[in-house]
Amino acid sequence: MTLSPEAFRFVADLVRRESAIVLETGKEYLVDSRLRSLAVAAGDADVNAYVDRLRRPDGAREKSKVVEAMTTNETSWFRDREPFQALSGTIFQELMQRPNASRTIRIWSAACSSGQEAYTIAMLAAEHVVPLGWRVEIVATDLAQSMVDRTREGRYSQLEIGRGMPAPLLVKYFQREGTGWKVSDQLRSMVRVQTLNLAAPYPPMPVFDIVFLRNVLIYFDAATKKQVLGRVRQVLDPQGYLFLGGAETTLGIDDSWERSTIGRFTVNRPRGAVAAPTVGTAPLSGLAARKVI
Amino acid sequence: MRALVIDDSRAMRMMIGRLLTQQGFEILQAGDGQEALDVLGACEPHELPVLCTVDWNMPVMDGLTFVQSARKRTELRDLTLMMVTTESENHQVVRALAAGAHEYLIKPFTAEAMADKLDLLGLDPSRRVA
Repeated sequence: MTLSPEAFRFVADLVRRESAIVLETGKEYLVDSRLRSLAVAAGDADVNAYVDRLRRPDGAREKSKVVEAMTTNETSWFRDREPFQALSGTIFQELMQRPNASRTIRIWSAACSSGQEAYTIAMLAAEHVVPLGWRVEIVATDLAQSMVDRTREGRYSQLEIGRGMPAPLLVKYFQREGTGWKVSDQLRSMVRVQTLNLAAPYPPMPVFDIVFLRNVLIYFDAATKKQVLGRVRQVLDPQGYLFLGGAETTLGIDDSWERSTIGRFTVNRPRGAVAAPTVGTAPLSGLAARKVI
Repeated sequence: MRALVIDDSRAMRMMIGRLLTQQGFEILQAGDGQEALDVLGACEPHELPVLCTVDWNMPVMDGLTFVQSARKRTELRDLTLMMVTTESENHQVVRALAAGAHEYLIKPFTAEAMADKLDLLGLDPSRRVA
């Protein structure tokens, strides 16, 4: 965490003035993570130096970039890539090696927004799990009914599809519909969508093998983060996996978790879970397998 | 790293070239598939681009024919081919991939969409090992 309180106040005032979105104290991580790439692009050493640039008379253009970065609900297919490489290259295999009479893997995409994460998971499951005779059940939830409806519908514009969808998977799992694309019935049948408030007690839920809770905790204060992590722990298998966003951690919030590294990705597991196996980090299917990073 | 931008529209070549320059590429240009093969043929092995962006509809030699031709040349086996085109039907994407294209970006697109494709192809500068 490098953002100074003065820099945070400046950005919060700017964003409130320009967008009416309120960034309360505790959202410093969000500002820091969203502005980091802008700081790098501007050639500044860190976000504080970049915010100093905004204060200058010629900072108007950068200010509009900041407002956009803070208000855009970024969502893309295979967002951040490493979590999905860990999922398809290691975690799916590890889960399928366990005794499991129903041969079913259950996954929760919490705060699913318009559904890209849930359907990304579904595509990987269709590629790596279903052909081996296993089932994958994905529960996608969001606070907003509008997002739940969008996810259930599974229709995406060309611009939305353009954000990170590998072409081989596009043609395999989507159909052209008007000027956009519609997700296939196969993927839709794997995803159950419902509204859910992460910060309130949860309705009855199945026990999940994996929970995706990425880029959500950054919106909550410390007490709520702890509450949410505690509730997630209740619905996660003791040997399960919790995926957080790149700027998020359980450290200093809830010590009932431990971190485990898979390739370049760090996943969280309930304390006491066995170490992650080193099955490998096979390239994502359809993702330029010949290019090794 | 070099990229060859193949498009019969000069404005489109400039636009794609600018985006790729921002991503750290040195840009070569060609106005059709045959010119692109000529440009590639004139390169020493160490000068070859790592990426070609390929428009579909062009005079002389279209993008699909270029992709098929490039795929037959062993000296170009490491070349990543990405269609960048207004052709947006499912069967056209399938056809381009079957011909040997690695990725497919439909016009119009945003700078972020181009960056996402480079990331998918392992050509994102922030992930590149120097």
